[in-house]
Amino acid sequence: MSAVLRTDRLSRSWGALQAVRQVSFSLESGARHALIGPNGAGKTTLVNLLTGTVPPQAGDVFLDDERITHLPQHLRVKRGMTRTFQITTLFPGLTALESVLLAICERKGLGASWWRPVARHAPEIEEARRILRDLHLEAEAEVATRSLPYGKQRLLEIAVALASRPRVLLLDEPAAGIPVGESAEIFGVLASLPREVTILFIEHDMNLVFRFAERITVLVEGSILVEGAPQEIAANPRVREVYLGEGGHG
Amino acid sequence: MSAAAAVRLPDRRWHPAEIAFWLGLLAVVFVFPGHLVLGSQVLITGLFALSLDLILGYAGIVSLGHAAMFGAGAYTAGLLARHGWGEPLSGLVAAAAVGAAIAWGTSFIAVRGGDLTRLMVTLGIGLMLYEAANQAARVTGGVDGLSDMAVRDLLGVFPFDLRGRTAYVYSLAVLFAVFLACRRIVRSPFGLSLRGIRDGARRMPALGSPVRHRLIAIYTVAGAIAGIAGALLAQTTQFVGLEVLGFSRSADLLIMLVLGGAGWLYGGLIGAALFMIAQNQLSSVNPVYWQFWLGLLLVAMVFVARGGVVGAMASARERLLGRAAR
Ligand SMILES: Nc1ncnc2c1ncn2[C@@H]1O[C@H](COP(=O)(O)OP(=O)(O)OP(=O)(O)O)[C@@H](O)[C@H]1O
Ligand SMILES: [Mg+2]
Repeated sequence: MSAVLRTDRLSRSWGALQAVRQVSFSLESGARHALIGPNGAGKTTLVNLLTGTVPPQAGDVFLDDERITHLPQHLRVKRGMTRTFQITTLFPGLTALESVLLAICERKGLGASWWRPVARHAPEIEEARRILRDLHLEAEAEVATRSLPYGKQRLLEIAVALASRPRVLLLDEPAAGIPVGESAEIFGVLASLPREVTILFIEHDMNLVFRFAERITVLVEGSILVEGAPQEIAANPRVREVYLGEGGHG
Repeated sequence: MSAAAAVRLPDRRWHPAEIAFWLGLLAVVFVFPGHLVLGSQVLITGLFALSLDLILGYAGIVSLGHAAMFGAGAYTAGLLARHGWGEPLSGLVAAAAVGAAIAWGTSFIAVRGGDLTRLMVTLGIGLMLYEAANQAARVTGGVDGLSDMAVRDLLGVFPFDLRGRTAYVYSLAVLFAVFLACRRIVRSPFGLSLRGIRDGARRMPALGSPVRHRLIAIYTVAGAIAGIAGALLAQTTQFVGLEVLGFSRSADLLIMLVLGGAGWLYGGLIGAALFMIAQNQLSSVNPVYWQFWLGLLLVAMVFVARGGVVGAMASARERLLGRAAR
């Protein structure tokens, strides 16, 4: 096993608050890795540091052993790593199809091509429709994102990320705010992704975490409390105390 | 199925209303031969608004200094014609190059930050250029303006007549050609990425999109088009006044585009026509009234028809289609 993504003493504070402290963490190739921890533990901040959304104040990020700590966000995507957002971050005025097409065109380096209409890019459109079908969004392809029901927007959030064909996919609470029945749909889709895609996901619902994760990292107050296989985490008394002991939520 | 109407990918086909729109503009030559001077001013302002639509309506860049590129284009064509280069088409090309160069050079500060930053930066650039032109009176003519131009016959055949017939047809042809290019641009993957930036600038980098490059590119294209519009004004009126760089030109332009509807390409053209015809009619009655009615219209617009004239037409159409489908 080898690490595709690795951090070395990564740190970030917001004023006096240390959101991420000296986190050294690695994501193995092909992993199904969960990042859990109480609200405000710094999970989203860590993902923001990994993707370059927010710059770290100390420490490093490595993708395939290349130091990418200061690489702009869009170039990390070009190198095969992308993410979804805890708070839906889409394109309200674009249709589901256009949103996915946008990502496909960027991936294929067509983003600056300014003459041939999008409607004439048949292979890209076909691929976009296939992705939408896989995410049960076929019927909504021509609907503006702002008119989609919330659950469908969460699926589109993933569809757009998959359109970049990432090797490393970082999912920030993919099922945030949707009913349990529908979250199974989302995790069903994720479970069907090939092993070439390495997945790190943040999730509060312990049932989903234990069903889907093969490895779990527990983050508390910006530091890694413990990391291990699901059964170790479940049995760990400190985890039970600070996290599961709270009774969980979400 | 959701109640929202399906939004298909735009293809290259022309809607009958579009064809009627352009034929209508052409018909003006025969129907209102006495109003072609105002008509060509409307077309030129429409072209200028089209360029603002590219950056505001598609890429979401607000600007209060778009006159900088318009004025630079006007002075470019004006100075060329004054100093012996009166061939109009090459004058347009030169003006486009200068407009693009100014837009590109200022884009690095004009496209960063949020809306307020952009408004202030573009406003500041506009003010600086205005003052620079004012100070360089020996070149620009300063407050007296630039005249004594010798604009040659269009294509060596059509002289610019006092009734404005050549000016109108020339402006319409240039507007249409630029419009065709814009129509391609906004329907291309590049155009889609601009709409993506407008609607979700935070998501775009996660798609691998170099947002800044895209904004700089469209800002530069818009600058070239604004430069062409300015050159058309200089050539067809054979005069360039300092107000081509004025703040009110930028502000009025923003009003026209908002009235007409941003993000449709046609909104700027319709907004410019409504604005200028209304101004022409009302201000001859009483200039104070004009400002009052314009203000009232703007306020009303924000509450009743946010998307401007074209936006209101589109949502009316959507409602009709929705009803028909049910
Ligand atoms: N942009 C910011 N500016 C200031 N403080 C921030 C910012 N982003 C996050 N924080 C703070 O950093 C801490 C960690 O936030 P973060 O969003 O990373 O937590 P999280 O583990 O994702 O929580 P949740 O489970 O609620 O999503 C919180 O106290 C949060 O208020
Ligand atoms: Mg979070």
